Amino acid sequence: MTAKIKPSKGAPYARILGVGGYRPTRVVPNEEILKHIDSSDEWIRTRSGIATRHWAGPDETVASMSVEAGGKAIADAGIAPDQIGAVIVSTVSHFKQTPAIATRIAHEVGAGKPAAFDISAGCAGFGYGLTLAKGMVVEGSAEYVLVIGVERLSDLTDREDRATAFLFGDGAGAVVVGPSKVPAIGPTVWGSEGDKSETITQTLPWDVYRDQTAAEVRYPAITQEGQAVFRWAVYEMAKVAQQALDEAGVNPEDLDVFIPHQANMRIIDSMIKTLKLPEHVTVARDVETTGNTSAASIPLAMERLLATGQAKSGDTALVIGFGAGLVYAATVVTLP
Amino acid sequence: MAATQEEIVAGLAEIVNEIAGIPTEDVKMDKSFTDDLDVDSLSMVEVVVAAEERFDVKIPDDDVKNLKTVGDATEYILKHQA
Repeated sequence: MTAKIKPSKGAPYARILGVGGYRPTRVVPNEEILKHIDSSDEWIRTRSGIATRHWAGPDETVASMSVEAGGKAIADAGIAPDQIGAVIVSTVSHFKQTPAIATRIAHEVGAGKPAAFDISAGCAGFGYGLTLAKGMVVEGSAEYVLVIGVERLSDLTDREDRATAFLFGDGAGAVVVGPSKVPAIGPTVWGSEGDKSETITQTLPWDVYRDQTAAEVRYPAITQEGQAVFRWAVYEMAKVAQQALDEAGVNPEDLDVFIPHQANMRIIDSMIKTLKLPEHVTVARDVETTGNTSAASIPLAMERLLATGQAKSGDTALVIGFGAGLVYAATVVTLP
Repeated sequence: MAATQEEIVAGLAEIVNEIAGIPTEDVKMDKSFTDDLDVDSLSMVEVVVAAEERFDVKIPDDDVKNLKTVGDATEYILKHQA
């Protein structure tokens, strides 16, 4: 017989309740990058807008940075760690294939035994995690979800590649998503373009070391086709950002904050121009002192805007992540 | 109606002026975007996208790297414009 199954009961809507970030203590200026490449501080700044980035030390692991950021987000949300029902970690720089790093992070933040898993969605990882979290809260499989974007991209940086050596940074950003009486996370506009999967990629798979030694092959790093990525990010992603505004029913005039993935200041500047964002909108420019931290960049930038008073709780923010895959995710949120 | 060579150069001059702030009279057929006109690789993408719209032409990423001079771009547009 087909038995009657009791449905799960979720919240009417979801919202971001708290945000937290962790930046490694060591600040790396362009001068240090220039020891390994033939370039200049001016060249790096005009191409990327990056002046400094944080690189993690041996004790600042993917797990430890996540626990710091996650703990802050939980405290900011005003809930107890054991109320977390699920932990989602987006990263491409946790080098142990299994188990997922999310389980250890869940344990170490004091969340007890929640559902916990990793996702791989590159620089769109935060938006992907946020969308999953929102679905879980509304569907009822978790009341509170901890979403973490964390990277140690210094481990995947070719110090001698003058096109990418200066781009990447390390850090962790986290949010807690929980129940809301009003809509506070808009529809997500997301997708993938697998025909462009080689546009941003790790140079070699890890199993290269099954047949060859480290002396024979160069250690894997992230590489990208700069012009192709720039064109896609500025022009195609501006359309996605506009679509997220349209689907949320939010006019650009009603927007307070724009938090694009912190890939490159030139992309951010050109994107604003293409989107024709009104002057009053505060734009996250965390890339200048943080570099590109992939999945961590949006929550890190969000945390800094709120901490410095450039944005405030209740503000309406457009967030968009885009990167390796190629993948993208954009949505409109109410800031915690 | 398809643009003439003179119209394309004039159009590119306006685009380069808007994006890189270079005086329009400096934008000539023999000028290199990178070496003479201060158009770096990312600004070049902006020039290409603006040219695509203005001249109703598609310039794929793979072809962008071959457009070294204003003359290269002009010839490409002349050949490929709809």
